[in-house]
Amino acid sequence: MGTKFTIIDDGPRDQAGTAGFRATQVSAHIDGERVSIPAEEIESALGWHLRDEGLCRGEVCMPVRERSTLATANGIDLQNFARILDRPLAIDIAERAAVLGTDAGTRRGRLETLEAPDFELPDLQGRTHRLSNHRGKKVLLIAHASW
Amino acid sequence: MDDPRPFIEKANPTHPSVIDTEHVVAELYHIVNVPTMIWIDENGQICRPHDTQFGTDIFTAFHGKHSGPYLDMIRAWVRDGSGAMTAKQVKEHQPVPTAESQLARTERTLAWWLQNQGREEAAGRHFDRAGELAPQDWTIRRGSLPIRGKDPFGDDFFTLAADGAPEYPMEAVTPTKDPAAHS
Repeated sequence: MGTKFTIIDDGPRDQAGTAGFRATQVSAHIDGERVSIPAEEIESALGWHLRDEGLCRGEVCMPVRERSTLATANGIDLQNFARILDRPLAIDIAERAAVLGTDAGTRRGRLETLEAPDFELPDLQGRTHRLSNHRGKKVLLIAHASW
Repeated sequence: MDDPRPFIEKANPTHPSVIDTEHVVAELYHIVNVPTMIWIDENGQICRPHDTQFGTDIFTAFHGKHSGPYLDMIRAWVRDGSGAMTAKQVKEHQPVPTAESQLARTERTLAWWLQNQGREEAAGRHFDRAGELAPQDWTIRRGSLPIRGKDPFGDDFFTLAADGAPEYPMEAVTPTKDPAAHS
């Protein structure tokens, strides 16, 4: 029997960056600090599944060394899963929640293309604005805070 | 979501002002402090990266920067494209994330999610962890003060400021000698 556990996928978005937590409930097996999640639930939450070639999503596969540390009797070991994908993982065992973030190399690579990363966010009236809709004009992007 | 409403309504700008409660833009552009300004050209390319600059002089006595020379630079850029950097210069002056800074953002996301679940105490642990991982990221350390019921202009801020404010690797703006820029 698994314990209810929330995984939040804060990975690079294929489309424009938008707000909204991508949180999925899964059933986890918790043993001390280790969290294991059934392979099929990892696949529906995060899109990755274990094949002979390695850990795959779509056409992309990551080779898996020491497969037994990833695929355990209780499912996919979450910490080793994050390590193989080189993605940062923030986890709170007591709260039964974890966030899988985006690795620095992906973010750095996108910034180094110098193409301004696209995003879509709402204004106070709830109208959404998308950066790339301003192509053809100069844009001054100002980030401020309400502190 | 409504926190910036009074500022935006008072300024009543003609440009879009979007609200980013989940730090989407901070993550995409590796923002570590605000205000920051980025120039994006007509082709959607960054042509001048992060620079902490101000639209007014109300805090000049505190941070020492005058708004005038930078505002002149923006006007000149809009007019004739001057002041834009080459791709090489942008890369040299653009801060980039590290494994630690990305882990800090991930810890902050968990903190913010827990906060939204009403789990303030657990959220506090992860705000602290994020701050330890990226002490020079004020979107985390200063930005989380009001979320945690602390005053971002109070003693907690001055404790933070004693370590020095985060700085972007941008060269100083020199006042322009072009009199047309002051129109």
